[in-house]
Amino acid sequence: MTDTPDGLPTLVLRDISKAFGAVQALDSVDFDVDSGEVMALVGDNGAGKSTLIKCLAGIYPIDSGQVLFDGNPVTIHGPRDAGRLGIEIVYQDLALCDNLDVVQNMYLGRELIDRVGRVRDTEMERVAAQTLSGLRVTTIRSIRQKVASLSGGQRQSVAVARAVMWNSRVVILDEPTAALGVAQTRQVLDLVRRLADQGLAVVIVSHNLHDIFEVADRITVLRLGQNAAVFRRSETTQQEVVQSITSGVATKVPGIAETAGSAHGD
Amino acid sequence: MATDTPMDAAIATAPRVQSLGDGIREQWDRIRGGEVGALPVLIGIALIVAFFQFKNTKFLSPGNFVDLITQLAGPTIIAMGVVFVLLLGEIDLSAGLISGVGGVAMAEMLLASHGDWTGTWWAGLLGIGLAIIVGLAVGLFQGSFVAYVGVPSFVVTLAGFLTLQGVLLRIIGEGGTVGIQNETIFKAANAYVNHRIAWIVAIAGTVLLVGAMAWRYVGRIRNGLPVGAPVLYFGKAAAIGLAVLGVTWYCNSSDQGLPVSGLIVAGLLISLTFLVERTRFGRHIVAVGGNEEAARRSGIPTKRIKVYCFMIASALAGLGGVILASRLNSVSPDSGGGTLLLEVIAAAVIGGTSLFGGRGRVISALLGSIVIYGVENGIDLLAYDAAYKYIVTGLILLAAVTVDTLSRKRLAKTGR
Repeated sequence: MTDTPDGLPTLVLRDISKAFGAVQALDSVDFDVDSGEVMALVGDNGAGKSTLIKCLAGIYPIDSGQVLFDGNPVTIHGPRDAGRLGIEIVYQDLALCDNLDVVQNMYLGRELIDRVGRVRDTEMERVAAQTLSGLRVTTIRSIRQKVASLSGGQRQSVAVARAVMWNSRVVILDEPTAALGVAQTRQVLDLVRRLADQGLAVVIVSHNLHDIFEVADRITVLRLGQNAAVFRRSETTQQEVVQSITSGVATKVPGIAETAGSAHGD
Repeated sequence: MATDTPMDAAIATAPRVQSLGDGIREQWDRIRGGEVGALPVLIGIALIVAFFQFKNTKFLSPGNFVDLITQLAGPTIIAMGVVFVLLLGEIDLSAGLISGVGGVAMAEMLLASHGDWTGTWWAGLLGIGLAIIVGLAVGLFQGSFVAYVGVPSFVVTLAGFLTLQGVLLRIIGEGGTVGIQNETIFKAANAYVNHRIAWIVAIAGTVLLVGAMAWRYVGRIRNGLPVGAPVLYFGKAAAIGLAVLGVTWYCNSSDQGLPVSGLIVAGLLISLTFLVERTRFGRHIVAVGGNEEAARRSGIPTKRIKVYCFMIASALAGLGGVILASRLNSVSPDSGGGTLLLEVIAAAVIGGTSLFGGRGRVISALLGSIVIYGVENGIDLLAYDAAYKYIVTGLILLAAVTVDTLSRKRLAKTGR
């Protein structure tokens, strides 16, 4: 793991709060993820998972708190800011344009252009093909076909490939396996693992603990907009995580090893 | 991101040229999957031409062909603007009246100018510029309401339609007309290009178009990307080149020659197609029309794109209004009214631009106009009752929207 100069993980959130009118969606939440690891973000409906990642994406401004990237405080005002830092999000609904082809979707909003302002279609297609084959996404027949004609797993792969194409450092996947069958879920989980192995910091939001225990290195649990616990996968059980999601017991953050240890002590 | 896998090597080396059989099969699959493109309208044009030519051999005569071009030039330019708004999935009900207001602004400016300025070429150009600026202003206003306030474009432009009709009446007064005494403006719709110049422009245009297509093909091979069957690809390029040269030859064989307004349409067709299909801005328009939320999350300034599209549409309406005013050499409170609005929207849709947004091409404005004004022209030639124009055009529009709806369903079905 490549720690930042001051020993902090790649992305650190401190004390993040966000309210929508009277609803406190996030209440002093801490969160971090380091390069080369898969961090799972779990919690019941309304726990604040979506709000947290949308704050990271720059879709919602945060009310208070601090975001550290590579140890430096940063502010994220919009999707472009997030993109510039290397934070990419793959949304549950994938946010692909059905009427555009695979290449056009992968470059959406970041098209390469030449001096006279033309889009460099050939160059974009070449790099897109390389990225897809680098991730061993081989089931797509032609990357010039419209996204409308792809299967669910293929769409997920395109969305992930789009996210990692930009020298991104942090990739956030929102429920990447929610709508997929067994074989396609397998493919996507392999892809997630591969991203971390290539040195990215990966955040995976999911309801499926089985999937999470297969790929995640650490697990952050949110409950009612607050931190409930952080577990190391190797030192916890599904039961313990479920307990934390539903009752919010377990221990508070800093001592991760302690958390698992004290849980065992119960 | 790219690691060296066997697939990478394959991509980098082997040029993959599609066989003719595979190419035809792919086209067929596309059509069956709902990507019908310009096919229905091309079939429609062929049927219309065959019918009227069979009924009256004058229909395809060079003279009538040239008349048809001058007849459809103005509406086609307005319809090209409508394509931009339809691509967003919005609608512009004020396009017809903006063309009227543009023409009237131009005529009034010339009327108000000093006597010896009125006829000069630069006064004419100023007048044309004013018509476009009026369009831009209306587009900015209406587009901002749609994009930033969130009022449905249907309502905003309907309000614009009513307001502008009032403005026209106020400026000109009921029953009045304003004549235009300016050579430059008169020429826009009523002058013809010298034969030799027409040939030079046509040949240069053909070389550029076909050359650009060939350049793309070679570029893809050089980058190791798959290319379509050469026979199909270059057959299409040759067909485009032959169409350009054929139209020029046919116009030149008439008494008049190639209309200046036809040249203006051709120029706009090429530059606006470039804008939509080959620039970042164009791609963003299509993305906003396809999935606005996805576009927004990708960092595309969706609201600004919408405003720009409304401005482009209205500016083109203003320019189209100049051509229409030039054709009659006068403007009246009826300018831009009547069935014009419905015809230009119908033209874009008949030509293959979807009413649901995200799918469409600039050329659909021209193809649809050929259908609508071809029918009008043919019915006039046969001296049929004008009522048939409306009935036939209405049925064609219904057929076109049905094709659009069915192909959309088809696309959604093959999607899973």
